[in-house]
Amino acid sequence: MRFALTDEQLAFRDAVRDLLSKQCPPDVVRAAWGAPPGALQRGPWDALAEMGVLSAMSPEGSGGMGLDFCWMVAVLEETGRAALPHPVVETVAVLGPLRAPEGMTSAALGGTPAPCAFDADQLLVDHDRALRLYRREDVLLEELAAVDRARRLGVVKALNGDGEVVADDPAAIEAAFDRGALGTAAQLIGVGQAMLDLTVDYVKERRQFGVPVGSFQAVKHRLADAHKALAFARPAVLRAAWSVASSAPTTGRDVALAKAMASEAADHTGRACLQCHGAIGYTVEYDLHLFLKRAWALSRAWGDSRWHRRRVAAAIGI
Amino acid sequence: MDLTWGDEEEAFRAEARRWLTANLAAWREECGGEPASGDTRHGFAQHLLWERRLFEGRWAAVSWPERYGGRDASLWQWLIFEEEYYRAGGPPRVTQNGIFLLAPTLFEFGTPAQQDHVLARMAAAEDLWCQGWSEPNAGSDLAGITSRATRVDGGWVIDGQKTWTTRGAFCTHLFGLFRSDPDAERHRGLTYLLVPLDTDGVTVRGFGRLDGDEGFAEVFFDSAFVADDAVPGGVVLGGVGEGWSVAMATTGSERGLTLRSPGRFLAAVDRLADLYRASGPDPLVRDRIVDCWMRAEAYELFTLQAVTELTGSRAAMGAESSINKIWWSELDVDIHHTALDLLGPAAEVEGPWAKGWQFSLSGPIYAGTNEIQRNIAAERLLGLPRR
Ligand SMILES: Cc1cc2nc3c(=O)[nH]c(=O)nc-3n(C[C@H](O)[C@H](O)[C@H](O)COP(=O)(O)OP(=O)(O)OC[C@H]3O[C@@H](n4cnc5c(N)ncnc54)[C@H](O)[C@@H]3O)c2cc1C
Repeated sequence: MRFALTDEQLAFRDAVRDLLSKQCPPDVVRAAWGAPPGALQRGPWDALAEMGVLSAMSPEGSGGMGLDFCWMVAVLEETGRAALPHPVVETVAVLGPLRAPEGMTSAALGGTPAPCAFDADQLLVDHDRALRLYRREDVLLEELAAVDRARRLGVVKALNGDGEVVADDPAAIEAAFDRGALGTAAQLIGVGQAMLDLTVDYVKERRQFGVPVGSFQAVKHRLADAHKALAFARPAVLRAAWSVASSAPTTGRDVALAKAMASEAADHTGRACLQCHGAIGYTVEYDLHLFLKRAWALSRAWGDSRWHRRRVAAAIGI
Repeated sequence: MDLTWGDEEEAFRAEARRWLTANLAAWREECGGEPASGDTRHGFAQHLLWERRLFEGRWAAVSWPERYGGRDASLWQWLIFEEEYYRAGGPPRVTQNGIFLLAPTLFEFGTPAQQDHVLARMAAAEDLWCQGWSEPNAGSDLAGITSRATRVDGGWVIDGQKTWTTRGAFCTHLFGLFRSDPDAERHRGLTYLLVPLDTDGVTVRGFGRLDGDEGFAEVFFDSAFVADDAVPGGVVLGGVGEGWSVAMATTGSERGLTLRSPGRFLAAVDRLADLYRASGPDPLVRDRIVDCWMRAEAYELFTLQAVTELTGSRAAMGAESSINKIWWSELDVDIHHTALDLLGPAAEVEGPWAKGWQFSLSGPIYAGTNEIQRNIAAERLLGLPRR
């Protein structure tokens, strides 16, 4: 029994954190809000590709590193912390273990909209009882106005041809979905942590009544609760990664628990952080909203917490 | 990462399970049926029979050294034992305040003579220890205690009052904090003393907790002379005037890992799910059970993570123990609240859930209220400014 990441896994995470702090600061996320469809900056993406992150989970023979999900949770948490707009979960975790991604890969499973749909090189779609990979030119997309514009959503309207079947076994399709849910759960922890860190810094500086607002108990308690929610959701995400990596029979249940808890923790943290900021948190000119809106989006993507709670209920037999 | 148990741990689990199953049945038989509450005089005596069984089987304090009746078990094995204990339906430990609160402090600060004497008798449930910290005017603000210990020839004279002392009326000894330097203020000038309750000048009055059982006591000290050798090895734990830092080591264990292990809540949630299955489907309640299940599971995982760190490089849980305490205490309330809602009108009838509900409500109060824990978490984990 050992429930912790290894030093190598932590070093990989730190390297990604370092890379993203340079390549994906908030103004890069802001730029993703304004860039026309298809014109997302590729800087952070190319840097991640160069580091090997994008093919980290792909089989070694196909040019990947063959790393399991335990390696990826902390890395994906970092992509959430940076609010990276690019479809890293879809590329690395959903498609990656099936086959090495060729370029930026988005996904639209179960009729959901695809993030960075017009920017991606390929799209993963579940169609006719299989997961199929299409080149972007072969997918007719319609733009959707997302609340978090950096999501850059497109909805699939029509497909040209049969695409490339990457999975047709129902269990493999379900596993791919679970990897998407789990990767997103990891990102949510990072998004929540980013909001909490930003808020802690802010309430230490902001003074009212002659003292930092962070000295007020009402503020302290909300932020302590946010910290608690994230601190307890994080091991749930890590355990689900172990379950996926070891093909545990409880994988579906464990992923559902992780996604439900991470969704709720990020959502809860976002509300606390907005309130503790006051009006400065309520403007698009300040960074908080970039993370807040990402939390809203991701907490409902790949199954919202109610959907995953129903899976848990079924798994525990109630 | 490796979330599987090794052969040694599985063997330990199997041994614990076999022993618990056989002995819980034997104990219940010995008591002539379901034993009374351990917070009543009669029930306490019944629970002592159980504690002595645990000691004889060397299960009373598994993580302690063998010479004190333990098994030198690892933290992992301790977790396994707790899981099995509650799964098998083991009763609340009436010796817990000694074993889980005083003992860790003794291991850290006690002299060998104190350890040899106190720990062995504690494990055997021969000496029964209660915690004497709170006073009528010092609860959350523990540094405000005023009970005095005055140094005299050959010992200490104690005056003052402790209260909310759990099972004080049934215990033989008290560990507590006393002001030994009348001129020092707050955290300074306090001494941690070990006091036999049969000392002349000590009066103990038991009184009813929320459920009516005599689980509380107030302890009056009226010029009570406690000789230096009233406890072999000495009555002062740590140094004279060092009581605050010595006591804080105990709060770490109380809020942290050892007082409430995940096994307890995993078992409670299982019973809740059984109750739900017996009561019939109700989508509103179902989600609350899922909620409790998820939180119990997350608590287990948080603990596995903490134990991994504690068996590795980390020395203690530190302020993380604050969010831990909030987590389990609020979970316990919600588990029981949900059960009452499932029971509906039957919830007003005395029974295990009604009892458990009343006890769960004290969780957010004892061991440092949850408001205090949130202050600690905000200040020490997040670094927010004190007022
Ligand atoms: C079942 C049970 C068993 C116990 N067993 C023992 C025992 O064995 N030995 C022992 O010594 N004590 C024991 N206690 C006492 C326990 O430690 C105290 O109840 C606890 O420390 C709180 O103190 P208080 O009750 O005086 O409440 P107070 O400190 O008076 O608090 C009242 C309210 O004010 C809030 N409050 C106080 N200060 C602050 C602050 N700074 N910020 C925000 N809110 C604040 C509290 O959170 C609480 O809601 C027990 C209590 C219970 C309920």
